[in-house]
Parts: sequence; C-alpha cells; structure tokens
Amino acid sequence: MPDEYASGPAPEEAGPLVRPYVMTWGRQRSDTVQLDMISVVIAARADVDEMSLEPEQVDILSLCHRPLSVAEVSAHLDIPVAVVKVLLSDLIGRGYVLARAPYTTESPVSRDILQAVLDGIQRL
Amino acid sequence: MASNDSDRPAETGPIPSAIKILVAGGFGAGKTTMVGSVSEISPLSTEELMTEASLGVDDLDGVEEKTTTTVALDFGRITISAELVLYLFGTPGQQRFWFMWDELALGSLGAVVLADTRRLDTCFPSVDFFERRGIPFIVAVNCFDGAYRYEPEEVREALSIADGIPIVLCDARVRDSSKEVLITLVQHVVATMAVVG
Repeated sequence: MPDEYASGPAPEEAGPLVRPYVMTWGRQRSDTVQLDMISVVIAARADVDEMSLEPEQVDILSLCHRPLSVAEVSAHLDIPVAVVKVLLSDLIGRGYVLARAPYTTESPVSRDILQAVLDGIQRL
Repeated sequence: MASNDSDRPAETGPIPSAIKILVAGGFGAGKTTMVGSVSEISPLSTEELMTEASLGVDDLDGVEEKTTTTVALDFGRITISAELVLYLFGTPGQQRFWFMWDELALGSLGAVVLADTRRLDTCFPSVDFFERRGIPFIVAVNCFDGAYRYEPEEVREALSIADGIPIVLCDARVRDSSKEVLITLVQHVVATMAVVG
C-alpha cells in the first residue's frame, strides 16, 4: 500500500469533521432547553423506541442510568459538548431524559450549600 | 417549552444539582494534577494533545519537562451528597482558549489560581479575569520540587493581589494539600458573601 494511504487519517479519525452536524440534523444549538456544561441529566424511561433515535442518543440513554453532567456525557462518549447538548435537548423534549439545572448566578449559592461543600471536601 | 428543571418521577430518585469550582493558571502550572488529586474519578477530558506546531506557539521557557499539554478541558468530580455534586474544571490557560472561559466562569462558586513559581507572571491573566468578573478566587502557589519557593507575601507583592485574598502554598500532587486549597477557597467565598450581603 502506498505511503500516503498508510499515513492518512483512518476513516473514524476523519469522521468528527462531519459527524456532529449529521448527528444533530444540521442544528447547532437547541431552541428548547438551555443546558449548561454541568446540568445533570438522567434517563427517565425504560420504554425507549430506539429506532427513532440517533445511535449516539441510544448511547447517551444507556450511559445516563445514573445522573451525569453534560460534560461527563461528552467526555465518556467523545462527542463535543455543543453536540451533546443538542442531542440531549431532543431527548429531554421527547421525555426520555430529565435534567436539572446547576447552581448559577441566577440561583445564588446559599450558606447551607457552601457548608455542605466544605463538609464534603473535608471528608475526602 | 421544556423546563430545564424537569419534574421527576419518584422512582428515579433525586437528580443532584451541580456546582463548579475552577482551577486556573498558566501553562503547565499543575491544574490537571490538582484536579486529579482530589477527584473521585480519573479526570475526564475533551483534551487533545498539542501538536509540535502548536508547541512552537506557546512559551515553554522554564517548563522544559512538559512536552505536551491539554488544549481542552479537564475536570473531576466530588460527590458531596445525593443532592449535590461538585465539579472541578481545569481551565485552559492560554489566551487563545479564553472563549471557553465565559461559559465556565458563569455560575462558578469560585476559582483557584494556581501559580507556577518558575513563571509567576503566567497567572496574571487568570487573576485579571476573575477580578474583572467579580468571581471570588484565591492564589495557590504550587511548590514543584527544585523550584524556588516564594513566601506567600512575596507572591502577593509580585502579582499585586489584594490583601483580603488568601495566598497559600501547596503541592498539587498531594490530596491533603489540594483539599486545604479548596477549603481555603470555600471559606473565602463564605467570607466574601458575608461582606457583600
């Protein structure tokens, strides 16, 4: 095999250049749910019509049997955060996934939360 | 419109809410090391190793031992309780990744600026970023073996850090040391809140 073939990118390496937009049907951001990098998501239902989902969404559902942040889903599946948000947003819209917003500047952190964080770090 | 705070059926149990702390600092200051030393999971990443071409762009003076670095996000997780999870994000130090900082900084509890004693000036941008956005932060001086050890007050003077902001010495590789850094930060956040409101 000529060198240029041997040294060229494998198809799966070249894939991500195209795949994110295929995965999200050309959409880049969600109009329905504003997800943060640390929004926590969890699979909500057992009766999933997998045929109606993208393969990556099926992967997300099997991963999210326990609560995980958007960032963790992205890291585990090696899919960019922005793409994971779109895929998740669709799953949330269809009732397959539940999400909880993180603490943000709009929901100031209470003293109780800070104390819980302190206690949690001290327990490490 | 779907709610971000979805109603949840009882059988799934509580969905924890998340909170984040940022670990910032210059190139090679030990951010990922600190995250890893306290995280309950191996740090996760969307990282890419830097190529030789990009190594030429970054200033590596004084950090010869580090030949690759991450250009994306490393993060770790500390489960506080069934209702609360803390995420620690190592924030990319290079200026060309600052576009990522705003989303990261939004809603963060506070930040640790990790100072590399071999190149103190590399944490100027991080200090500046958090000061401008009013995000509470502390400075942790990572004492690498063989590196010159500054006294905290020398670091305060060199970086023009305000008197109320804690500066601590640490070893980012050691869990107890990193724990102390995080505790100092959270206590500082509590103190800051007391002043503000």
